[in-house]
Amino acid sequence: MADILVYVDHVDGAVRKPTLELLTLARRLGEPVAVALGTGAADTAATLAEHGAVKVLTADAADFADYLVVPKVDALQAAYEAVSPAAVLVPSSAEGKEIAARLAVRIGSGIITDAVDLEAGDEGPVATQSAFAASYTTKSRVSKGTPVITVKPNSAPVEPAPAAGAVEALAVSFSEKAHGTKVVARTPRESTGRPELTEAAIVVSGGRGVNGAENFGIIEALADSLGAAVGASRAAVDAGWYPHSNQVGQTGKSVSPQLYIASGISGAIQHRAGMQTSKTIVAINKDAEAPIFDLVDYGVVGDLFDVVPQLTAEITSRKG
Amino acid sequence: MSLRIVVCVKYVPDATGDRKFADDLTVDRDDVDGLLSELDEYAVEQALQIAEEADDAEVTVLTVGPEDAKDALRKALSMGADKAVHVEDDDLHGTDVMGTSLVLAKAIEKTGYDVVIAGMASTDGTMGVLPAILAERLGVPQVTLLSEVAIEDGVVKGRRDGDTASEQLEASLPAVVSVTDQSGEARYPSFKGIMAAKKKPVESLDLSDLDIEAEEVGLEGSWTTVDSAAERPARTKGTIVTDEGEGGKQLAEFLASQKFI
Repeated sequence: MADILVYVDHVDGAVRKPTLELLTLARRLGEPVAVALGTGAADTAATLAEHGAVKVLTADAADFADYLVVPKVDALQAAYEAVSPAAVLVPSSAEGKEIAARLAVRIGSGIITDAVDLEAGDEGPVATQSAFAASYTTKSRVSKGTPVITVKPNSAPVEPAPAAGAVEALAVSFSEKAHGTKVVARTPRESTGRPELTEAAIVVSGGRGVNGAENFGIIEALADSLGAAVGASRAAVDAGWYPHSNQVGQTGKSVSPQLYIASGISGAIQHRAGMQTSKTIVAINKDAEAPIFDLVDYGVVGDLFDVVPQLTAEITSRKG
Repeated sequence: MSLRIVVCVKYVPDATGDRKFADDLTVDRDDVDGLLSELDEYAVEQALQIAEEADDAEVTVLTVGPEDAKDALRKALSMGADKAVHVEDDDLHGTDVMGTSLVLAKAIEKTGYDVVIAGMASTDGTMGVLPAILAERLGVPQVTLLSEVAIEDGVVKGRRDGDTASEQLEASLPAVVSVTDQSGEARYPSFKGIMAAKKKPVESLDLSDLDIEAEEVGLEGSWTTVDSAAERPARTKGTIVTDEGEGGKQLAEFLASQKFI
């Protein structure tokens, strides 16, 4: 069976969920060979093996953290040359897409980004994508070279599929261009203790109607009652009420959770682009004419300052 | 010596319009008004700010696109860019990101540059990979997805806010930069700017000017193929209730019925 190269997104050896989803998709196409780079790379092997990686190629060097993107491209290219895979899959993070794109140029391959599903096809993997703010669904394939495809979080279930996961050191020689952009300082994002926005099963978002940073506490309380991530509309972020890292929409994160709760969000195209593929959508808004109500499975026309705390209390007491 | 800034911009169908695909599965450009991609306005803005900080600088806006794409260039010129380059050729219809990046790279080299500035993504294709590909093609540092950027003494510095960390980056010029929508509100063209833009030079180039063969671009030259595009079925409208004091409880009941609680 053909090898499928899977680029591993991990934090100090802890594999992030989208990579495990990639392994599920990779198994549809062939045998997953994982590539893990940087500090803790070898620690990823056990988890990757449990989810289907037949081999885990690892490389660690200070260069991966000290310089932007290119050292990782060099390493992925080394893995590509060592394995000669039938396809290369990379998680659709901002960095993942850049790594994948530069690899694609180097190896003379087409690239597909932000796939939401992958199937084996007669002419190579067929990728499903959402287009035009998720109002269209397209099916595409790479028609030149080895397909390089980046896949969005929540595109496939995480499935246990024990495999050998044999660890092999990957020899990487860095290119002349690897040291072009220096990372002179890095400030880790403070953990909120909540799930990652793009990975969460439930997302609770607040918008213009929340009317102030100080009021986001009621959105967070609802999120915490459900074990959810917190999102914000562009209006709320632009007003400085919530961090940009939590923005859901065209220029923020695109999410596809099981349940999306929009509070005080009108549902402009900019926001819909980032959430309308959610499985179940619920909205609370004062304005009965808000476009968000066109998308919902259940909507409450009312003041979020009444409805949200009552909902949180009810959830807490039911879970009690 | 003058700091040469090239800003890559894209002419896109208005995201608030009813966007769709044409019969050949390329983006339909006829039925929806086009404009300068909103995310590229941030790139023009940062280019203008960098030019204002520099002793001597020249801002060139560059686009690859059909005749109408001149509108995007005019908008950038009216914001304050000095001149424009328009790569236009019938053979470019349907070009994917690999072909577009090839054309841009050749046009950038022909124009001459110290720094290339782009937006974080287009609002139609939304891939967000073009700046990285340009850096690869041009063989210069990639300093991308910046929320803050400055150029001093031939060095570009900026802040990149990622998923897990915020990074301070530095690279020597020449370099490719991209900026996010967090980099600072774009200015509106003034009346004076709009009038001045009419007299600013727009250079037109075609593929032969860039030594690119028709086979390297266009739908046929694409390295990816779209096999189908289907409109997403409209969501079936759900239950809407008006809060009369029990709205939160009713919503909880719905969530429980869907097994979320």
